[in-house]
Amino acid sequence: MKKILILGAGTAGTIMANKLRKALSRNEWEITLVDREETHYYQPGFLFIPFGAYTKKNVVKPIDKYLPSGITLIKKEISKIEPSSNRVLLADGEVLNYDNLIIASGAQIKPDETLGLKESLWRKNIFDFYTLEGALALHDYFSTWKGGKLVMAITEMPFKCPVAPIEFVCLADAFFTKKGIRKDIEITLVTPLPGAFTKPIATKMLSQVLQEKQINIIPEFYIEHIDNENKKLVSYDEKEVPFDVLTIVPLNKGADFIGASGLGDDLNFVPVDKQTLQHAEYKNIFAIGDAAALPASKAGSVVHFEAEVLFENILKAIKNQPLEAQFDGHSNCYIETGHGKAALIDFNYETEPLTGTYPVPGIGPFKLLKETRINHLGKLFFRWLYWNILLKARPLPVSNHMSMAGKKTIG
Amino acid sequence: MAEKTIAGVTVTVNAEGYFENPAQWNKDMAVEMAKEYNISLTDKHFAVLDFLRQKHLGGEQLTIRKVGTSGIVDIKEFYQLFPGGPLKISSKLAGIPKPVSCV
Repeated sequence: MKKILILGAGTAGTIMANKLRKALSRNEWEITLVDREETHYYQPGFLFIPFGAYTKKNVVKPIDKYLPSGITLIKKEISKIEPSSNRVLLADGEVLNYDNLIIASGAQIKPDETLGLKESLWRKNIFDFYTLEGALALHDYFSTWKGGKLVMAITEMPFKCPVAPIEFVCLADAFFTKKGIRKDIEITLVTPLPGAFTKPIATKMLSQVLQEKQINIIPEFYIEHIDNENKKLVSYDEKEVPFDVLTIVPLNKGADFIGASGLGDDLNFVPVDKQTLQHAEYKNIFAIGDAAALPASKAGSVVHFEAEVLFENILKAIKNQPLEAQFDGHSNCYIETGHGKAALIDFNYETEPLTGTYPVPGIGPFKLLKETRINHLGKLFFRWLYWNILLKARPLPVSNHMSMAGKKTIG
Repeated sequence: MAEKTIAGVTVTVNAEGYFENPAQWNKDMAVEMAKEYNISLTDKHFAVLDFLRQKHLGGEQLTIRKVGTSGIVDIKEFYQLFPGGPLKISSKLAGIPKPVSCV
């Protein structure tokens, strides 16, 4: 029996398990997943929890619910990959051998790596929405908050869902407007980037959106520490931003076992070929999704597009044939802008987000880089799509390669 | 793309003044470019520039964090050496492309 081992049963691991189980003979190939979690989280939904739009039950399912039969799921902690002996060691001493390894262990927040972040104000006046607990705690806080300075801060690139902080401030604006206390609240987005987003045309559009909503942006602010006593963010060049409530994207890192295995970069993300997703030295190792160190967004849509490529490449790799499928960096993100509207961006390694229509050129129904009601409905519909189509690797009528059709090359 | 004469030598730079070809760079150019930022380069500055050039030529994506763990400077010192935008300014002075943030 030959063995494919998948580390991580999140979005990427689950999609790959579904695709590969369908394609490979059960008499020839054993497919095993390892994940320490009991729960599969719909992470894009966390953003809506602080504002009461989603509750816990919208975003959690048992981790094995979306796995096909004929897969072994081991719910244990991973301690190390030994790539030169083709095996993985688990924390309890169990050893798993593999012929091919897929690393899909994602990215985690590391609040303890920023000075002063996990101290007296943590989950009292300082929150994250990258964990269910953080999002729920913030929901409780907002339900009685009377107003003051709300700061949304990003510690460092890269992080999961790069548009989420922009969506957060827009949703906060809408939420507090509806509550009738927007005038008592100052909303500020603090980012290490030079603007609201990394790519110029989208940054321009999003900056305008934030300006219209009277949301301040403080760019190029690199957090050195958080002063708990005086409720202030302090940067490396000694600038300060005061807050009453701080929502923060803590440092994101890959799994600790990646670092312990010597397969990670300085943030424990796994460098792989940006087109084939194959490791340069160990040809039977691949990385997908947030776990991979690629110049692409860490986002669910990216995983979906990568999965098409990785699936084809694994089928070639196990037959020792040259890999042909190439990932183009395709990313597609809905950006909630509040009041029942959303914008949409579609881009890849080479092309920045442009205006136009998606996925059908000239028709849409979605409008790129424009706030519309139908984009918002698309975002909400996506949760259904995620649980019912994407995880099970059922086909979707959109290409995994980005297309220029329907895009305007002059912003 | 444009041509610019720095320290008596003509080099190719982009619209923002970043080198198109790191091989055209030399230390005298760094000294002259640093004057625009009111920085006079010390050995410490040059150690950072060397680190950046090495990493860039090795194909690595550069971040402030990476410089902070280089063993040459910590992040605070990096800001003190190149006030305002340490990675952007030091990359320009090191004759390598502007660092891009990928999302």
